[in-house]
Amino acid sequence: MSETLDQRSDDATRSVVAADAADERLIRHQGLQGYLHSTWARLKGGELGMLPVVFGLIVICLVFQLNEPTFLSSRNLVSITQFAAPTGVIALGIVLVLLLGEIDLSVGSVSGFAAATMAVLVVNEGLSLVVAMLAGVGVGLAIGCTYAFLYVKVGVPSFVFSLAGLLAFQGALLYVLGDQGTIVLPQDSGLREFARDRFLTDAQAYALVALVVLVYVGSKLLDIRRRKAAGLTPGSPVGVAVKAALLGLGLGYLTYYLGIDRGWSYLPVLFAFLVVVMDFALRRTRWGRHVFATGGNEEAARRSGIKVTRVYVSVFALTSSFAALGGILLAGQLTSVSQSSGTTDTNLTAIAAAVIGGTSLFGGRGSAYSALLGIIVLQSIQSGLNLMNVDSSVRFIVTGAVLLLAVAIDSVSRRARSSSGRG
Amino acid sequence: MSTTTTRPVRDTHVLSLTGINKRFGAVQALTDVSLQVAAGEVVALVGDNGAGKSTLVKVIAGVYQPDGGDITFAGRKVTVGGPKDAQALGIATVFQDLALCDNLDVVANLFLGQERTTGPVLDEIEMEKESWRLLRTLSAKIPSVRIPIAALSGGQRQTVAIARSLVGKPQVVMLDEPTAALGVAQTAEVLNLVERLRETGLGVILISHNMADVQAVADRIVVLRLGRNAAEFRTEDVSTEELVAAITGASDNVVTARAQRTADSQTHPEAGDE
Repeated sequence: MSETLDQRSDDATRSVVAADAADERLIRHQGLQGYLHSTWARLKGGELGMLPVVFGLIVICLVFQLNEPTFLSSRNLVSITQFAAPTGVIALGIVLVLLLGEIDLSVGSVSGFAAATMAVLVVNEGLSLVVAMLAGVGVGLAIGCTYAFLYVKVGVPSFVFSLAGLLAFQGALLYVLGDQGTIVLPQDSGLREFARDRFLTDAQAYALVALVVLVYVGSKLLDIRRRKAAGLTPGSPVGVAVKAALLGLGLGYLTYYLGIDRGWSYLPVLFAFLVVVMDFALRRTRWGRHVFATGGNEEAARRSGIKVTRVYVSVFALTSSFAALGGILLAGQLTSVSQSSGTTDTNLTAIAAAVIGGTSLFGGRGSAYSALLGIIVLQSIQSGLNLMNVDSSVRFIVTGAVLLLAVAIDSVSRRARSSSGRG
Repeated sequence: MSTTTTRPVRDTHVLSLTGINKRFGAVQALTDVSLQVAAGEVVALVGDNGAGKSTLVKVIAGVYQPDGGDITFAGRKVTVGGPKDAQALGIATVFQDLALCDNLDVVANLFLGQERTTGPVLDEIEMEKESWRLLRTLSAKIPSVRIPIAALSGGQRQTVAIARSLVGKPQVVMLDEPTAALGVAQTAEVLNLVERLRETGLGVILISHNMADVQAVADRIVVLRLGRNAAEFRTEDVSTEELVAAITGASDNVVTARAQRTADSQTHPEAGDE
């Protein structure tokens, strides 16, 4: 067989060429021009990634800034970051459940119910805040496990049980609140302080930015060294340096700009931390790989020995727990829990944020960062319209239009992907 | 190809099934079926629809438990309690629908369910390196292991599925209709892969409807009919006609009748579609 002979001679040259660059059909470009070229090819092939959201965010900023010059003021940006965070935490849970191709419509109700549970335990029962918060998140965890049981053992579709949950936990919220209707968290409550009044000092903020950049550079350089040792094409150190510089300058400037007003609130920092942790868990751990596999092709995942049941249980439990945590943080921010806590607005904002951020509704595609980007887009729209004194009816319409636009972009890019062979 | 010392010598059966019975309700799917595979041998399993091929494959893969009979693997009597057991023994199965995740890249698919990790973190570099090694032993033509499966052709997907079966270092690989949905060139590519598997000293069980493919790569052909062993041939001793006769259970079937007619009308004795 001549093919075998070809193979032999190929093997001889392989010691110098990296294993992943050996195929002669691969089109590779060197340097910055090559990087730009391959990026352009990726975009044309429909792999838009975060680009539409970032582009949309720029458009939103321009439009509002032209109409209302205070929109990009330091003060307004601080409040956007602060108010985006609690719903963002809920959206993070939605990203997980969407990755499996499932949906949870009850996150709003669960967030309200969990917050009410926490508030009742603190105010009426006099329990310590930490215990009450744990109990609130525990409520979410229990609800998630119940959902998983219904899905895995009984076979109820997620749309149905979460719709049932939407109604039932709204009822549970009313029941727990009882005659009072509204429970105000005590003035000296640590949660209230954390969610409203705590900000990073300048030194802390810049140290954090430096830490983020250092960890990024460190992990990338380690990667390059290990790839070299393994005989694979290493990434370019120049590219890493450029990206690290952009990351450092961007975060540094944002920190400086927010610092003109009050700086980084604790809430968005906590949210960003959760996003980074979930992103790492999704992309770099076995669990995350199994989530993507189950969302992409459940039967294939099951056959390759993945315990699909465990994946569903963990994801439903996490989604409801994130919803509960988001609800508790929201309660701290609003200083109270009322009968309207976590009703439709919260619910749909969280789901819309995940989708607008670029997580597919059909499972298997998405990223933890889509929760972050999506909620910033929605919060910016809300804040901009508030500044312009527009009625909330318009806000709902605009949010709806943005959601539709996001899904339309997703659908078009999906078509581009399948025609250019990128799936 | 280098053979490791642990691998049994050729002609000793690495996997041997005797007297396998399997029944579903009122249907006796397999009756007293036996099948042997040696290391470095390609055994084709053929039969009509409903002959029991898939049932037998699933018994070997641990999906079904046989009602009776013995399975001997590498000289030991074993029971295959589930797909995990089969994998642990060293029996890998490539199912007809391949069971790949379109949204994941080649590396992720190759190691799905058996990811390499350092601590809690996936060891992507080790997996990528190992992927290239596996694909090279199959002389596989995959341009990049970092593209999603959705971007690959049918033949390339089949290649990935076969390469994945090798991750657990199996001794027997079962291929269920590997060429069913492929074009001419891609079929040839997959048949080359089957030969590579044989060269590396694996026992290969090939299930196929395509007589040309079977005769091109198999060493032995085992025919099932109505859940029983109908016949067994060495490939070089058998013609397509005889094979079809054994599969359908009669010599006066549609296929041979047609071949006969063609031969008569052309008045020269070429028969079959070889």
